[in-house]
Amino acid sequence: MIDMQIRKVIVLATIWLALLFAPYWMAPLGGYTALATRVLVLGLAAMSVNFLLGFTGVLSFGHAAYFGLGAYGTGLALKFVTASTPLSLVLGMLLGGLAGGLLGALIVRRRGVYFAMVTIAFGQVFYYIAFQWSSLTGGDDGLRGFSRQPLDLGFFQIDILSNTDYFYYFVLFCFALAVSAMGIILGSPFGRVMIAIRENERRARFLGVPIERHIWIAFTLSCFFMGLAGALYALVNNFADPRGLHYSQSGDFVMMAVMGGMRSFWGPLLGAAVFVIVQDYLSSITVNWMSFVGMLFVLVVLFFPRGLLGFIRRKRAARGTQHESA
Amino acid sequence: MSNPFSSITADRRSVLKGAAAVGAMQIATPFVIPVRAADNIKMGMVDPLTGVYAAPAGNEVMGAKLAVEKINAKGGILGRQVELLVEDSANDVGTGVQKARKLIERDNVNFIIGDVNSGIAAAIAQVTAEKKVLHVVSGGHTDTITGKDCHWNVYRVCNTTRMEANSVSDLLYNKYGKKWHFITPDYAFGHTLYDACAANLKKLGGTVTGNELTPLGTTDFSPYLIKARAAKPDVLLLLVQGSDMINCLKQIVQFGLDKQIHVAGTQQELESLAGLPPEARIGIWMFEWYWKQPNVPHVAEFVADIRKVNGGKVPTARHWFGYTSAMTFALVANQQKTLDAVKLAQALSDFELPPEVKLQPNKVYYRKGDHQLMTSAFIGEAVSKGKDDPEDLFKVDSVVAGDKTAPPVADTGCTVKWPA
Amino acid sequence: MTQLLLFNVTNGLIIGAFYVLMALGLSLILNLSNVINFAHGGFLVIGGYIAYTLTPYVGFWGGLLIAPPLTAAIGFAVERVLIRPLYGRDPLYSLLLTFGLAFIIEDGTRFFWGAQGKPVTVPAFLATPLSYDFFFITGYRLFMVTVVVLTVALLFLFLRYTKLGVRIRAGTLDLETVAALGINIRMLRSINFAAGIFLAGLSGVLAAGQLGLEPTMGTGLLMPSFIAIIVGGVGSLTGTLLGGLLIGVASGVTAMFFPAASEAVMYVLMAVVLLVRPRGLLGEEGMLT
Repeated sequence: MIDMQIRKVIVLATIWLALLFAPYWMAPLGGYTALATRVLVLGLAAMSVNFLLGFTGVLSFGHAAYFGLGAYGTGLALKFVTASTPLSLVLGMLLGGLAGGLLGALIVRRRGVYFAMVTIAFGQVFYYIAFQWSSLTGGDDGLRGFSRQPLDLGFFQIDILSNTDYFYYFVLFCFALAVSAMGIILGSPFGRVMIAIRENERRARFLGVPIERHIWIAFTLSCFFMGLAGALYALVNNFADPRGLHYSQSGDFVMMAVMGGMRSFWGPLLGAAVFVIVQDYLSSITVNWMSFVGMLFVLVVLFFPRGLLGFIRRKRAARGTQHESA
Repeated sequence: MSNPFSSITADRRSVLKGAAAVGAMQIATPFVIPVRAADNIKMGMVDPLTGVYAAPAGNEVMGAKLAVEKINAKGGILGRQVELLVEDSANDVGTGVQKARKLIERDNVNFIIGDVNSGIAAAIAQVTAEKKVLHVVSGGHTDTITGKDCHWNVYRVCNTTRMEANSVSDLLYNKYGKKWHFITPDYAFGHTLYDACAANLKKLGGTVTGNELTPLGTTDFSPYLIKARAAKPDVLLLLVQGSDMINCLKQIVQFGLDKQIHVAGTQQELESLAGLPPEARIGIWMFEWYWKQPNVPHVAEFVADIRKVNGGKVPTARHWFGYTSAMTFALVANQQKTLDAVKLAQALSDFELPPEVKLQPNKVYYRKGDHQLMTSAFIGEAVSKGKDDPEDLFKVDSVVAGDKTAPPVADTGCTVKWPA
Repeated sequence: MTQLLLFNVTNGLIIGAFYVLMALGLSLILNLSNVINFAHGGFLVIGGYIAYTLTPYVGFWGGLLIAPPLTAAIGFAVERVLIRPLYGRDPLYSLLLTFGLAFIIEDGTRFFWGAQGKPVTVPAFLATPLSYDFFFITGYRLFMVTVVVLTVALLFLFLRYTKLGVRIRAGTLDLETVAALGINIRMLRSINFAAGIFLAGLSGVLAAGQLGLEPTMGTGLLMPSFIAIIVGGVGSLTGTLLGGLLIGVASGVTAMFFPAASEAVMYVLMAVVLLVRPRGLLGEEGMLT
């Protein structure tokens, strides 16, 4: 027992140390800070999808819509409403989360493949709205004319606009807040019920758990986190664009979660890191990077369905049993 | 130390270095800095090599690569060899911005070219302005890039929508009539193009019988064409581009509408004409550059050079955009003998392109007030089957100089703010 | 005004017919195998390109006859190698696999045929309008509707009267029992998948005559197929038929009044159906929930 506790602490410490010092160890390896920022934001999005997928067992394939809404919310807020970056983040997050809450109520009765199709279609509604309502959203050209503002903490300013490293730490801070919230929720009784629903919905229903209400709450919460990720993404690019709402973006997030390991908390972050870095690297050296990424998807689905972390866990478990029997 | 993520011209580098060394020895000028192989000048290029704009983007990259070859053959920039680093923006803003940052922060490029997608071009322009890197927009058409969103470090090669509208308006009015109907793609490019055409039409005394705003990616144009026909215009102007243009023209011809109404438009591209069946290659258009210019010097060489790397096919305007963008950097840097972005940007104001780069009659220069290249408009008619060459699908009637089609600087809304 | 409306409704039906062809293929695969085939648009594109490549040798009609079976053969191979291992698992995995497959197909077609759009010519007698008044009904569109009607009729006859068809329909309702009766359900699924892809390939050949043929052609046509299935009701092929026609007409009529919303109206229709009758117009309760 204590062994496992210590291991958990070590793993957590390693992860946070790696994240804290990313700008320093990435550069010598051929990386760059903006890449790390992108991994964080997309990792948060993948973790939000996994909140629903890995822990509740519900497949939403249109989740990018809330990501995109978060981005547009923040962009519009910065453009028309406020000059404060944190406030715009909150507004973006609210937009994504509230939309999720509303739509979630409509679709919680469905499950499985049908649920997935419906989420895709609903996601596309938002895509088309963003695409067509060009007077507000800029349409195909995207929402421009805003940028993240330096943080004004009263006695000094942090320039997150032009300093890439400062911005990375700002994003890391927001990421830490979100991830801690997620962890707390998952560790709470509510989180336990979510896992129960994932494991055996019928039994949970027999135990008197209000399934639809729980799924709806889980859906809404994951949309809030998604909205935050999208809001951060808008700050990364100083731009919001309809393609962030498209189902192919959703597919990417689900893939990241699966690739890293759906059943684990940190898996999706790892999956996001692999996905972003592989795509970044491949698209620099070949025009046909899409084929390779597609093949990666296919290989992961066929041979590593538990993802990287799942694979590592299985190996460790196998080694563990060998140890015991030795 | 060679960068593992380096350019795709790696296999030609050794040949070019040899040629450059020989060339450098023969140029006994005081400019030449001794060639240091590890100290290359890097040009970054961001273009959507996957996605709907893959064809024009690929052609732009081809043109830029040819330019870099030629630059290196002549000794490079300030005696150093040039490397072209190409990144795929995948038609996604986030990716485009990230790649631009990668090229600037990690690869330390001196220049940036891109993007075909206007939205991405504008987003990248924000990054290059922030990082103070000289940026030439090769193929993104939205007016604001050299209009109200202009930056000191951003120059553009391709036409603005106002230039395109101005180039054909008089001709269409005089030749076809005063009642115009429009099929406009529903995004910024389409809107500004329509506004420009409609304003011109009004000035000439004509009327707009209707404006069908079609969503991007429309596959079926029949509802719009039904309405257009009912309005009985003299001319049907197609402002749509790319696949939309192909779908629309195909359907117009299948409906036999071209026999009842004249069909025309503003911007047309060889890529689109080549993607149409012969019977659908109709109408009056303007091209931004055309390959068949028998009496203009250096054009034939350029065509031959591109044919060699393009499977025998001729260059399109896109090839020329990429070529000119890359050449611009070399020309101005070698002339000013510096790599400082601010100094080079200032030198590009009213910078004139030499014949071997401009590849057209008329004076071609980057206008000082808005950083827009005053490039000519090739006005003519689509031809269903090329006479001497299967790719000669456009009959050029006139070539109008850029500064005649461009609106005055005051009207563009651009005020260039130079850094302190 | 009424004339314009009539025109648009007729036109909507014609376009709807095309959506029906696409959606039926998708529906066949979904019903029996529980697989959402994201690569359906990709197979459409493959069908179009194969027809384009064959046309210089066998003409337009040859291309129309040969391309769909060839595409179906590719689909068969894909199902056996890539999708079969995933049947026992969560539907998530087959979804992700077809998603990745779509990437590979798009890039592959770009690699083999180039990013540049290809000119596709249809026989001249088809590319002319029916009459001066009904100009928007070209010979080609009429031909397309005829092909769709024939194909749908054949499909329904196949499913109703042939042994294989009956087995597929039975499998849709209860695959376990069908297996228990000794039927080789693996082969059944493969053939069903191939049939769905046949329809996709056929859609591709037809689409190429009217649209520009390029690698990204299929993506815009995938969503309407999904919506047709949801509106018509998952699990019911007649429902899909109805759904396709309905969204075609809705889209066509909306384009007349409010073009910006012509795509969005399909989603609105879907939302309304989901709220009022969640199982779809002709869907059966309990299908795939």
